[in-house]
Amino acid sequence: MRILSLVLLAAGTCVAAPFVPADPKEVLETLPVASADRFSRELRQLRLELASDPRNLELATRAARGYIQRARAEADPRYLGYAQAALAPWWDAGAPASVLVLRATIRQSLHDFPNALADLSAALKVEPRNAQGWLTRATIQQVRGAFGEAMESCRPLERLAGELVATACWAGGASMSGQAEASYERLRDALARQRGASPGVRQWVLTSLAEMAGRQGKSRLAEAHFKEALAAAEPDAYLKGAYADFLLDEGRDAEVAALLKSEIRADGLLLRLALAEAVLKQPRAREHAEALEARFYASRLRGDSLHRREEARFTLHLLKRPHAALRLAQENWAVHREPWDARIYLEAALAARQPDAARPVLDWLDENRVEDVRLASLARDAAR
Amino acid sequence: MRRILFLALFLASLPAAAHKPSDSYLALRIDGSTVDVQWDIALRDLEYAIGIDTDGDGAITWAELQARHDAISAYALARLTISADGERCASTAAGHQVDRHSDGTYAVLRFAAVCPKDARSLTATYALFFELDPLHRGLVRLEERGATRSLIFSPEQPTQPLGVAGSSPLRQIVEFSREGVFHIWTGFDHVLFLLSLLLPAVLRREAARWVPVPGFRQALCKTFVIVTAFTLAHSLTLTLASLELVALPARWVESAIAASVIAAALNNVYPVLERRLWMVAFPFGLIHGFGFASVLRDLGLPREGLVLALASFNLGVEAGQLAIVAALMPLAFAIRQTWLYRRLTLSAGSLLIVAVACVWLFERAFELRLFS
Repeated sequence: MRILSLVLLAAGTCVAAPFVPADPKEVLETLPVASADRFSRELRQLRLELASDPRNLELATRAARGYIQRARAEADPRYLGYAQAALAPWWDAGAPASVLVLRATIRQSLHDFPNALADLSAALKVEPRNAQGWLTRATIQQVRGAFGEAMESCRPLERLAGELVATACWAGGASMSGQAEASYERLRDALARQRGASPGVRQWVLTSLAEMAGRQGKSRLAEAHFKEALAAAEPDAYLKGAYADFLLDEGRDAEVAALLKSEIRADGLLLRLALAEAVLKQPRAREHAEALEARFYASRLRGDSLHRREEARFTLHLLKRPHAALRLAQENWAVHREPWDARIYLEAALAARQPDAARPVLDWLDENRVEDVRLASLARDAAR
Repeated sequence: MRRILFLALFLASLPAAAHKPSDSYLALRIDGSTVDVQWDIALRDLEYAIGIDTDGDGAITWAELQARHDAISAYALARLTISADGERCASTAAGHQVDRHSDGTYAVLRFAAVCPKDARSLTATYALFFELDPLHRGLVRLEERGATRSLIFSPEQPTQPLGVAGSSPLRQIVEFSREGVFHIWTGFDHVLFLLSLLLPAVLRREAARWVPVPGFRQALCKTFVIVTAFTLAHSLTLTLASLELVALPARWVESAIAASVIAAALNNVYPVLERRLWMVAFPFGLIHGFGFASVLRDLGLPREGLVLALASFNLGVEAGQLAIVAALMPLAFAIRQTWLYRRLTLSAGSLLIVAVACVWLFERAFELRLFS
């Protein structure tokens, strides 16, 4: 019955029927950023200018970048749609290199990896000195588990973007393919040498260092890097999520609940919040789990498959349905291969008592010589 | 998802943990030539499109929303067209409410699109937010004659057929007849019942043994009597139940239908009634009629033209039934003298039917599912 009501809720015929608020002052919705905010004003201004001159490439790419940045800050995909709309005159045909790189960015975030890579190849052929193009390409290759290719794409960055960015790019692939210790040290040293790095770059590098230390089981080091990263600049959803995962693994659920207590917009952060609340047996856990279920349902309704990793985690740890979670983890593994994708796959396979199903992940870990203490321990259980 | 560092221009990473994307929810109900619409649109999207947060404080209040109701109606209604045979149907916003969804508060717009009564086909064209956000989707729950299906509007597919308007009499006859044929063909309980009664129609009982009837005429005559009795009986109760003159609980009816199949099939193996099988066909046919009526009710009977719909549905059932008989009888007649027919088809076949019907009876009586 609860499932049914959720289904109806998600389908738009709400169980809590539509109503007319009694109080005119009642706040119905709080916008993530007040429209009077400086950045919003700039974007709105840009949008107006673009509306009167929609084929102005400079204005359009500036607006698209602004929206993509917003998408990152708020983890809200509707800004990716706004970015796509800004690039509409070039979207379907005749895109110049600058638009191709932005289109690749949008496509990769919608998990359309083959087309994103094709865009980048085309852009880099025309503009081989486009550093952003190389970096985005390396990132996509890494996400797909193609670490060798990713490291190859990082190479031009030494000339184009400097040592720190190039090293961080390279370390992303190297730390996952047999050089965990060496890549950590090289990146740490590169950061120490580059004192003048911008806060954004520092935060990016520190987050990578934290994750690399975490994979090696060095919790205290990882925590120190996370703290530095959080202090370096306004943390985005990725960093908050990664830190929350670290805390969950350390059993520090109360800190997660405190860190994310108002993060109910982004699905991934709401998931971590609900996981922590479930451990703590807090009353809000159920409400948050139901909201997640409704959102996953709505996403399936619209035919999306963007959230399979999160949905697998949700299904395994909150719904406690290991078989369904395993199916989701397998579907996710077909497109996305990062440590967390491997981890949820192994966890689901073990919980479903189907260690044989984990074979593709075990082989992948071996082939790439992935060093990750948690994955190694799960793999041992699965191979037993 | 992994973050991407943006160089030089700005620093960013992509959503690690995506937010729910922008969707609007449409609940459409087709009632004759009128389409009732409930449309839930996220306040966040409306804010981006036309601005609701008038004082710019980042909080949208009910007063602010109310002040923009006319603008919202004008904006939204211009972007959803319901048309009949290519002509736009008139629609006016009937009311504004709000509702809470899993990702925030939505404005709820209600209106009805009134299409011409003789419309043949309805379509909807959706364009809300597509020029602002090509990733936006319109998710539709379409309710038509009691059946519900879902549709998705996207920039690639902005136009979708909503189905057939109910009022054209010819359409209605075709629609309901087709449903009738479809129902008898897919309603295995009715088919098995009829089959059980008709299997022995090409035979005759003599000294506790089955012997073939001599001529086709005789077989046809027996078949005709049985089918007519069944038809008269179920037409009678179908009409009574559809006009809501008699009502029986569905569980009782469905169980009794299963029991009727058992009785009819068992009679072939251990004959109690050897002649006059119409005496089985008629009373049990009454029960099957109630079963048909519940299907017809689920299809959603139009308020206008109830009798027409009822007659068409019944006509469909009879036509479907006749097709089954026409396919079966000549075959049965041709092989009626063989061992295959008398032992295997009649006896073993009937026992198999009994077994299947027993499962149905159990499932229906106890509202359980033994086999999925």
